[in-house]
Amino acid sequence: MNDYENMVRAYRKAGGDPKVLRDPKCASLVVNKNRILGKRKIEGIRVFQAEELPKGVKITLITQKGYRIEKPVYLCFGILPKRGLQEIYVDVKIADGSSITLIAHCTFPNAVKIKHVMSAEFRIGKGAFLGYHETHYHGERGGAEVIPQGKIYIDKGGRLDTSFTLIKGKVGKLRIDYEARAKEKAVAELVVKVYGKGDDDIRIKEKAILDGPYAKSLIKARVAVKDRAKTMAIGITEGNAPFSRGHVDCIEIVQGKAQAKALPIVQVIDDRARVTHEAAIGSIDKKQLETVMARGLSKEEAIDVVVKGMLR
Amino acid sequence: MLEIKGLKLTLNGHPILRGINLEVKKGEIHTILGLNGAGKSSLAYCLMGSEGYKPQEGKIRFLGNDITNLSISQRARRGLTLAWQESARFEGLLAREYLSLGMKNREDSKRVTHALELVALNPKEFLNRAVNKTLSGGERKRIELASVIAMRPKLAILDEPDSGIDMLSLDDILNVIKSMRKEGSTIFLITHREEMASISDRVSLMCDGLIIKTGRPKEEMDYFKLHCKPCPTHKFPGKLKE
Repeated sequence: MNDYENMVRAYRKAGGDPKVLRDPKCASLVVNKNRILGKRKIEGIRVFQAEELPKGVKITLITQKGYRIEKPVYLCFGILPKRGLQEIYVDVKIADGSSITLIAHCTFPNAVKIKHVMSAEFRIGKGAFLGYHETHYHGERGGAEVIPQGKIYIDKGGRLDTSFTLIKGKVGKLRIDYEARAKEKAVAELVVKVYGKGDDDIRIKEKAILDGPYAKSLIKARVAVKDRAKTMAIGITEGNAPFSRGHVDCIEIVQGKAQAKALPIVQVIDDRARVTHEAAIGSIDKKQLETVMARGLSKEEAIDVVVKGMLR
Repeated sequence: MLEIKGLKLTLNGHPILRGINLEVKKGEIHTILGLNGAGKSSLAYCLMGSEGYKPQEGKIRFLGNDITNLSISQRARRGLTLAWQESARFEGLLAREYLSLGMKNREDSKRVTHALELVALNPKEFLNRAVNKTLSGGERKRIELASVIAMRPKLAILDEPDSGIDMLSLDDILNVIKSMRKEGSTIFLITHREEMASISDRVSLMCDGLIIKTGRPKEEMDYFKLHCKPCPTHKFPGKLKE
């Protein structure tokens, strides 16, 4: 089995559907470590470049103005060997009035000592839309260090809808750092869902800066930790413009000897702006557990149902 | 089917159940009718084995076996379940998944659809709705009943199934309860509204942690209307005033 086939196999394990990588109507990119194994560009994408670097890849994607790309672009990143470093530099520009969704699956099934760094810059034009959804799949050893960092600039009336999901396998160390800056009437929604196990060390920082009037944001973190895993979720929202509205919503479930911290930071410098936050940390709600157990599930099965639902 | 003997429960030093004696027969709809604060829901939690509701005295026997010390899961696996008065909400859990939790064959989608139809929820609209805060109180209540229907328990404890549902839907709820019985479940219905008791085979009046009377629906509903509802203390004095 060659590297491409192995990556596709890992992609399936990560929750991806390999058919889409063969679909001529879907743009896609498959990368193992720093090697580009497959790439397809479709109509509506003006530039789709991928360049191999010594330690990773650089990706540039620019959409055509006013073009709404119906089918998502599928990105498959990973490291198949047990050890390795992968640096991914992403430069995405969503032209005015255009729309695109990127679905990235990152897979490290054999990780013993892996480092995966993503440094991304997304620029969303006027009235444009970007969906960016990243799902991770890790093996059970937890030997990875995952550092996704993103700066997102949303122009007037633009919209960002992003999610980061890591609920399968054990990660090791995770450092998420996303920052979205929204101009007038722009909307940013940032969602992170993570399940930490073993000795996982998780730190999530999501920030929304509402610079334009009527800009809106939602920062949402859903984290469950068990065993001895640790998590810290920082949600920051700045309401800097009149009538900007932001909300930070964090729920963390703690099981066993795990530890969780949540730190919502909200700031308003215009008296017509409004930013709210809510955070809840604790064990699983007793009522939820008993409701599920009253249908005949054991306590462990009930915990699984509640946690998986929350992280969906 | 269910025998409760001398059940006593004290919470934070307050006696909640003061010696409940009751028998629920197989196939019947047995209603516990009482005013708010009578201890009805506490009795339901006790029967289900909810944490913090372990009785200090008394026995609960289900299908001939002592279940007083069994966990909620163990009781449920024996065929006992509870539709909660204030049902929990679950982020991300879809109605079809929630309904199938108690089913032996969780892939039986027809049964899930049938259960939703029985509670007058359109399956097309509700199968993939999350059982979360977006549901209204009435919708959540119906989904709770549907999950009990889908489970087909031997004994279903329904704690105030009518609360949060408007009067126009009362008949629907009564029909649902009748359907549950038709599908083989014995019903232990808890309510503070006497009109709910009309479909029962037997009604027990509960006051101040005691079952004060058990009899036919008409008699007990009349008694409840005449004596319990106007009672200023809501405290049963210890013996009945005839």
